[in-house]
Amino acid sequence: MNFRRIFKAIFQSQLGPIFALAFILMLFAIADQRWSSGNYLSPRNFRVMMNSAALIAVPALGMTMIIIAAGIDLSAGTALTLCGTVLATQFKYAAVASGEPGFVWVVLQAVGLTLLTGCLCGLVNGSLISLTKVVPFIVTLGTMTIFLGVGQIISKESTVYADEKNIPGWLSDFCYTGSNSERYLNFGVFPNVPNSVLLTLVLALAVVLLLRYTVFGRNVFAIGSSESTARLCGVNVPFTIIAVYTLAGVFVALGGLMYYANVKNGNPSDGMGKELEIIAAVVLGGGSLSGGRGSILGTLMGALIITAIRSGCAQLSILNTYTHIIIGGIIIVAVIVDQLRHGSPEWFFRLLPAKSTEG
Amino acid sequence: MRGQSILEVNEICKAFGPTKALRGVGLKVRSGEALALIGENGAGKSTLLKILSGAHRADSGQMSIDDKPFRPSGPSDTRQSGVAMIYQELNLAPELSVEDNLLLGYRGSGGGLLIRKRQRPKVIEALETVGLGGLSPTAIVGEQSLATQQMIEIARALVAEARIILFDEPTSSLPKKDVARLFAIINELKEREIGMVYISHFLEEVREVADRYAVLRDGENVGEGRMEDADDDTIVSLMVGRDVKNLFPTVAHRPGEPWVSVQKLTGFRYPKKINIELRRGEIFGIAGLVGAGRTELIRTIFGLDHSSAGSVSVNGKPIRPTIGERIKAGFGFISEDRKNEGLAQDLSIVDNLTLSRLADYTTIGVLNLKHRKRAAEKLLERVQVKCNASDQAVSELSGGNQQKVAIARILHQQADILLMDEPTKGIDVGTKAEVYQMLGEMAATGKTIVFVSSYLPELLAVCDRIGVMARGELRDVRDAVDWTEEEVMKVAIG
Repeated sequence: MNFRRIFKAIFQSQLGPIFALAFILMLFAIADQRWSSGNYLSPRNFRVMMNSAALIAVPALGMTMIIIAAGIDLSAGTALTLCGTVLATQFKYAAVASGEPGFVWVVLQAVGLTLLTGCLCGLVNGSLISLTKVVPFIVTLGTMTIFLGVGQIISKESTVYADEKNIPGWLSDFCYTGSNSERYLNFGVFPNVPNSVLLTLVLALAVVLLLRYTVFGRNVFAIGSSESTARLCGVNVPFTIIAVYTLAGVFVALGGLMYYANVKNGNPSDGMGKELEIIAAVVLGGGSLSGGRGSILGTLMGALIITAIRSGCAQLSILNTYTHIIIGGIIIVAVIVDQLRHGSPEWFFRLLPAKSTEG
Repeated sequence: MRGQSILEVNEICKAFGPTKALRGVGLKVRSGEALALIGENGAGKSTLLKILSGAHRADSGQMSIDDKPFRPSGPSDTRQSGVAMIYQELNLAPELSVEDNLLLGYRGSGGGLLIRKRQRPKVIEALETVGLGGLSPTAIVGEQSLATQQMIEIARALVAEARIILFDEPTSSLPKKDVARLFAIINELKEREIGMVYISHFLEEVREVADRYAVLRDGENVGEGRMEDADDDTIVSLMVGRDVKNLFPTVAHRPGEPWVSVQKLTGFRYPKKINIELRRGEIFGIAGLVGAGRTELIRTIFGLDHSSAGSVSVNGKPIRPTIGERIKAGFGFISEDRKNEGLAQDLSIVDNLTLSRLADYTTIGVLNLKHRKRAAEKLLERVQVKCNASDQAVSELSGGNQQKVAIARILHQQADILLMDEPTKGIDVGTKAEVYQMLGEMAATGKTIVFVSSYLPELLAVCDRIGVMARGELRDVRDAVDWTEEEVMKVAIG
């Protein structure tokens, strides 16, 4: 048995982030058993982790497409809480309460406006990037604060709380992670999986199919790999870029909806810094900021890795400050490992023993 | 002493994964002479140069400079040992001044401080040696012409007191008069007892500048000797390992009825008021110096560059100037910049091949990947691309094979009017012959080809008509048989 060859195969496969996640889960589970309550892998904590990961993963799906197209969206965080705030305001000022006739229109309007807000945010980003040729980093750095400001105008610079009776039941249950199995959709197949996780999986599958099996998806990869080649091949580059950002806006809006369902209020400034978490999930999953590379499965794993570390540190009562340092370190290590994987330098593999001792 | 061996390379082996790029190469470079390193693409020339310059490390073998072992660990180490490399793509910092570029990486005294004044005489001397005595050391490099930039690169090697200079295809993008300048400088460097290794695809050029040659094939040194002792046929058959009967194979074809009409086409700078009538099944060559507007002309025809006036019509019908419309009307384009524009290097061969005509494989918007792969593989076979698998990244292919992928793409696109910008640039003699063969076959099936090239022998051999450009204008169009190289050059520099 050739250890070096097996390691190389695993190392270079698409499954890298899955192994990384498994390794991290194992590490924390052992530490948790040894020094703490041993609740790390309990069903409940697992649900909490999955739900937190879903909150990152949904906007990160859109971010993956943007990053594959060699872009970046720094405004995703504030756009997300802007959407959440819009939703909160709609419920706060709703004329009809949950359960009363006509409430369905309130919900439709609220959700519709939220999605529209997300679309508009993405459309603004995409149009500015593709029409002005200013680099995405700068454009979205600008819109990041613009969206924050717009959110603060809507929220009148405070946190928006809606009356409990105005919030539809399905939304209250959306990010529920407790033990009452009646509050899960289940469908008779998945016992007690948070609804947010189900939505994430459906969306992720949709994006996988979109990227792999449509002309649009292949064009996104082509633009990210070489924009001038794409143009030369007749790809409508400006349209594709606008479409990517707008579509990502929809995911940001859905992220905003989940954020609202999770915290039950809308605070526009909550979003500051969320974009970095979202980008980190994509990068941990193997997305390359220079474009042309990124995977949805990887992004999901990236989101899980971030929450697994955060939750593990919480279980072990590691101070928040150290958690930040650990997550930052993991991101850098992950990118170094990713570069090694793609460069596959022989010296690296030569460090490994050629044959296992069991021979 | 002139003629003494400085650099010795013995039994160098290098493998990239399963592919053996070099299998025991040995050669000697003597002071004051230029050694031409000849070989097809993929023969291992570039790998050998990269090992010499410290960019790669050899798996086994020895190198020595002045009988002292030479094992470069990186580019700066190489510089210290007196080896400098002039790359095909220039390696200067365009925003910096000439002086700063020359002193980049130079470790003079000054304890980490760069005292420009103290280095001035050295800088000026180096510039004078390469014939740039009139250039101000504070001029910005990016504003200089390509040829001047190349001279600056050589000057940088002189500032670093290089004793061995490696040239990788230095003339591939130079106009003829600058090539002459470069050769004069190389002769000057010989006087200074500098040893040189010179890689080029152009045999006539090598003949002019090199004293000795070494031919690489499949990572081995298959022959060497004095330049004047070997004729072209000998060298070419060493390169390809078989006798090449015909460097310019042609396929019989007859231009038919008028088809594409370019009327008064004008860009923002170049081209200027160009009129061309192209016929079905015709190969139309465009000659001219680099910078004469040839590239701009065919880019404008394709709709990649904006036109400020004029029209392009097919069958008498004007076509709107967007790439999408032009592709629909049957135009296809091959970029001279294969690396950045022609192909998306990170994407797979299949992706690159099919990108311009993906819609063929969709049913209600869903791509049929299997169908697409099968079609792509059929094309790869047709143009004989050497690859491990069709989902391999294009960047892993050799230059010649990449070019075949680019050509296969416009075939796949079912383009009928092929605009090709330097389609044989940087590819080896054998592949070039295959490309000419393909062009002839395409013309025979009624496709029209516009062929831009700086290599006159191929234009004269392959084209039906040739137009010569100068300063953005199409100066003269004649049947290919009515041109000679000298006449083309006369018009081109006029």
